[in-house]
Amino acid sequence: MTVPVLELENVTKIYPVPQGMFKPRAMLTAVGGVSLSVARGEVHALVGESGSGKSTLAKLLLGLTKPTSGEIRIDGVPIARTDRREVARRIQPVFQDPYSSLNPRKSVADLIALPLVAHGIGTSATRQKKVAEMLDAVGLPRRMIDAYPGQMSGGQRQRVAIARALVMQPDVLICDEPTSALDVSVQAQILNLLMDLKREFKLTYFFISHNLAVVEHLADRVAVMYLGRIVEERGREALFTGAGHPYSRALLDCVLTPDPSLGMPDAVLGGSFPNPIAPPPGCAFHPRCPRATDRCRVEAPGPIPVADGVAACHHAI
Amino acid sequence: MSTTSASDTAAAAATAAALASFDAVPARRSPLARFTKRATRHPGFMAGAVLLAVILVLSVGAPLFTAHDPYAQDISRRLIPPVWHDKGSWEHWLGTDKLGRDYFARLLYGGRISLMIGAATVLLSGVIGTALGVAAGFFGGRVDMVIGYIINVRLALPVVLVALAVAALVGTALNTVIVVLGLLLWDRFAVVARSTTQQIAHADFVAAARAIGCSTRLIVFSEVLPNILNPLIVVATLEMAHAILLEAALSFLGLGVQPPLPSWGLMISEGKQYMFFSPWVITIPGVALVALVLGINLLGDGLRDVTAPDNRS
Repeated sequence: MTVPVLELENVTKIYPVPQGMFKPRAMLTAVGGVSLSVARGEVHALVGESGSGKSTLAKLLLGLTKPTSGEIRIDGVPIARTDRREVARRIQPVFQDPYSSLNPRKSVADLIALPLVAHGIGTSATRQKKVAEMLDAVGLPRRMIDAYPGQMSGGQRQRVAIARALVMQPDVLICDEPTSALDVSVQAQILNLLMDLKREFKLTYFFISHNLAVVEHLADRVAVMYLGRIVEERGREALFTGAGHPYSRALLDCVLTPDPSLGMPDAVLGGSFPNPIAPPPGCAFHPRCPRATDRCRVEAPGPIPVADGVAACHHAI
Repeated sequence: MSTTSASDTAAAAATAAALASFDAVPARRSPLARFTKRATRHPGFMAGAVLLAVILVLSVGAPLFTAHDPYAQDISRRLIPPVWHDKGSWEHWLGTDKLGRDYFARLLYGGRISLMIGAATVLLSGVIGTALGVAAGFFGGRVDMVIGYIINVRLALPVVLVALAVAALVGTALNTVIVVLGLLLWDRFAVVARSTTQQIAHADFVAAARAIGCSTRLIVFSEVLPNILNPLIVVATLEMAHAILLEAALSFLGLGVQPPLPSWGLMISEGKQYMFFSPWVITIPGVALVALVLGINLLGDGLRDVTAPDNRS
C-alpha cells in the first residue's frame, strides 16, 4: 500500500479562551481528534459551516500553529520533526482573500519570487525567468510582471497567489476557500485553472470550501466537519448520492437548485450552531438532529464504516 | 450583400480595436509615480517642501550666500540694526549681534545646527522607537507587556527636566544634546509602530509569508516594515520639529548648544537682554525657527494626506 502524501492522526487543537481576570480560562476545542489521509494526486475536499474548524485545520497543515495533540505526517514523516522550511517546500497555501494575502507594497515579480528568496534559490536572473514561466502557467500576461496588486482584479490577484504557491513546485496545495472572495464569473476560471495546474504539476489538493457545488465538481473525496470533528468522510459519488450522516444530508439539502420552480430549500436543521466552548454531551450534533435518540445524548459515536468511507453516527444510513 | 459584409468588417475591426485596447491596459505605475502625482497636487505639502528646501539650501550652502564669518567678532560694529532700519546697511543686512558678529551668517550657520539636531535625533529615536514598537506589535504577549511598560516609563519622564539633569551632570555639548534627545523622543515612534504592526501582523500576507517558509527576519523587513513606513515618516517629521524646538529651548536655558556655536535658541537667549532696544536680535532667529518648524509640520501633514491609503484599484 502506498503511503498517503498527507496524513492526520487524531489531530486536536485546543485554544484557551480568557474569561476575565479571576476566572479560569475556558478551553475551546477548535479541532477535536481529526484523522484523515490524503492520497497523492487526489482532490480532498473539506466542507462544513462557519466555525466548524476548517480554517484551524488549514493552519495546522501549514504549520502556522502546532496541534495540541496528534500528529500530521507528510509522506509518512511527522511535520513536528521536520524543519519548517522543508514543510513549506512540500505544502503551499492559497488563501481565501487575494486582497489581503498579497503584500500591497510588492510588485508581482517580487511576490512570486518571495518563496525563492526565502529559500535562497537561484540568482536574480534565474528567479526572474522562473517568475515569467509561472505567469505563463497561471495565464497572466508577462507585462504584468511589474504591476502592483492594487492595479489588478480579484481574479488576477488570485492567479498571482497561485503562481506564488506553485513556484517552489510543492506536492500539496492547501486551498482555503480559494474562490469565495471572487465574483461568480471569475470563480469558474480560477477553478478550471486549478484543475489544469493539478494535471500539469501533478499536485494534490486539500480543498476547503463551503460551496458544495464546487466540491461536487472537483473533489475525489469529501470530509464533512462539524464542531471540530469529521462527521463523515467518503468518496464524492457515495456522499452526493447517499449521505450517511444526518448533518451531511442537511448540508446537501440546503444547496439551491438552478430550477426556480422548486422554490427555496427546506431548512432541515433546527436551532443554531452550539457554543464550541461547551459542546453538547454525547454526539455534538444531537440538539439539531432530526434522528437523535437517547443514546445520542449520552454516547459520542465513533466512526462507522459505510459505503466508500466512514460516518460518525449511531443511526447512519 | 456588400453592405452587410462591410458592416461586419467594421464590427470586427471595432471588436479587434476594443480587444487591443483591453490588452494594452498599462499596468506599470510604481508607488513612487503615484506619490509624486498626489504630492504635487497637495498645496500644504508643496508649501512645506519649498520652505524646507529653501532653509536646507541656505544652511548647507551657507558660505555661498554670505561672505561673513559667523564667529568673527568686531566690537566696534556691535548691534547694527538690519537694512530696513534707518541706520542699517547692506554690509550686514540683518545687522550684527552684541559682539559685532554678522547676524545673517550666524542665522545660516545656526540653521545647520538645527537641521543636524533634527535629523540626527530623529534617526536615533526613530531606530529605537521603531525597533521596540515593531517587536511589541509583532511578537505580542510577554514582549508586548515588557515594551509597553518601557514606553509608559518613558512617557512618565519629563523630557526637559531629564535633559537639564543630564546637561548638569555630564556637561553640555552638541553631541550630548543629540544623544539625550534621541534617547528621549522615541515614544511616539514606538506607539505608532506598535499599533500599525499589530494590524499588519494579522494580515493574510504575513501568514502566507510564514507558510512560504520566510524567516521572521525576512517577514519583519520585507512584509511588515514597508507597510508601516508611511505613518512612521509622518511621525519622523513631527518629531524633527519637536527636537528642533527642544534644542532651542535647552540652548535658551543655557544647557543646550554652547557658545560660540550659532544656534537659533542660543541667539534668542543672547539677545534677550537687548530686546527692548534692539528687538530684531530675537525676532530674526525667532522667525527662522517658526519658518523651519512650520515647513516641517506642513510637510508632515501633507505626507499623511498624500500617503493615506485609498482604493488602489
